[in-house]
Amino acid sequence: VNEFVETLVGLTWHEPRRAYDVVIIGGGGHGLATAYYLATRHGITNVAVLERDYIGSGNSGRNTTIIRANYGIPESIRFYQHAVELYASLEEETGCWIMHATKGILWLTHTVTGVRAERARALLNTACGAPTTFVGPEEAVALCPQLDPSGAGRYPVLGGSFHHGGATARHDRVVWAYAQGAMRAGVHVLQGTPVVGLVRDGDRVTGVRTPDGTIAAGVVLSAVGGHATVVADWAGVRLPIRTHPLQAFVTNAYAQALGPIVSSTELLVYVSQTARGQLLFGAEFDAQPTYARHTTYPTLQSVARKMMTLLPFTRDLRVLRQWTGSCDVSADFSPILGKTGVDGFLVSTGWGTWGFKAIPAGGEQLAELIATGKTPPLIAPFSLSRFAADHALADQGSTGTR
Amino acid sequence: MIRLTCPNCGPRPLEEWRYGGETPSVPDSVTDPAARNVDRVWFSDNVDGPVVERWYHLAGCRRWTTVLRDTHTDTVLESRSSDGAGVAAAPGAHPDDGGH
Repeated sequence: VNEFVETLVGLTWHEPRRAYDVVIIGGGGHGLATAYYLATRHGITNVAVLERDYIGSGNSGRNTTIIRANYGIPESIRFYQHAVELYASLEEETGCWIMHATKGILWLTHTVTGVRAERARALLNTACGAPTTFVGPEEAVALCPQLDPSGAGRYPVLGGSFHHGGATARHDRVVWAYAQGAMRAGVHVLQGTPVVGLVRDGDRVTGVRTPDGTIAAGVVLSAVGGHATVVADWAGVRLPIRTHPLQAFVTNAYAQALGPIVSSTELLVYVSQTARGQLLFGAEFDAQPTYARHTTYPTLQSVARKMMTLLPFTRDLRVLRQWTGSCDVSADFSPILGKTGVDGFLVSTGWGTWGFKAIPAGGEQLAELIATGKTPPLIAPFSLSRFAADHALADQGSTGTR
Repeated sequence: MIRLTCPNCGPRPLEEWRYGGETPSVPDSVTDPAARNVDRVWFSDNVDGPVVERWYHLAGCRRWTTVLRDTHTDTVLESRSSDGAGVAAAPGAHPDDGGH
């Protein structure tokens, strides 16, 4: 993988130092984006990103690459809208082609109560800066001509909200863009370096343990996907997180363009078209937590059947691959960012099924927190302390979490 | 995990079951009563390994079952009825636990 990536991206590998100002656990999008913004916006380059496998090998390479901000509460909408805007300018900023394409997301509903909810969503999203329009069945078909508005007679499209900023980008290229930018600025990215424990001095976290020895750190950021609670446990931090598997699959290429991303709030499925023309399907996460990344036939069957009722042409496509990623789902379906109550230990977690779309905003805001020591207002609502303070941010604003 | 063994019905497909959550456990290290309440409501162990949890056989006998499942591999190690039928309940499990 390294050789393949290196033909595309200018990555320079470094020998590890014994100590860094900042050590980031997890070489996925969030970890690398945080390192990138630390180096480029704050001049903090004595930074290491530790990845147990290769960069982007975890959930950054397993998600369904959708970027959007049509959430259900103002705090989330503003945060994700910021990410939508940073994504739109990321190619210009980094000079890397991430295959970013703004195509809008059509968020369909099949019930009368759903129509009310989507009207409210369109108003709230627009008011919070994420332009969204309510559309009726005819407008939905105009946006996506392949749509069967009768839903095969079972799930008629009664309306939906069209979120104009919805976009997709190639997830590996996002990881590589941040890695390249960070490494050019002097950040060390250490692949094949698992973290097996934390170094603690009293109540403070002062470094990480790897099989090759300890690395001292002024600040340790856990940007781990999947094992967030395991890493936090080393620091003595409890997290309101359960790790659920989420399955996705991709079909062979479809010759015509599927315009917007299509999602159904009641059927709990969504589909987008990749730059290669393939259709990328996702659904809700499995009910029981597990760290295993098995795929199951019942999920494939269920998602395929639902999508064929909305997009009849998909019945002629073939499934090429099915895979599973691990979602750290927080108890209120919102991310958990920043300080943990333990000095020297920060988290970027709770990304559930909405991590990829948040990468630029999460990285930028955490970099600011690390550089200034102050939690920026945009992510202040997402602190771990919100649960004890009874300020949970219940927001099931994702198809995967209804 | 594709099937889960019910003490009353035998091995049944996962689609018949409703997941009831891990049996709540607050670590002894949390001593403040208010903090214990917060932990019990929101937090979870989320262990990468064996977990005691509750499953409801919704499309079968409609009874709760206590299951010991390895979340690392997603395989069931033990499945026990917890309402007196079949084998005795797993240690620490109570019929009212985990039914959220």
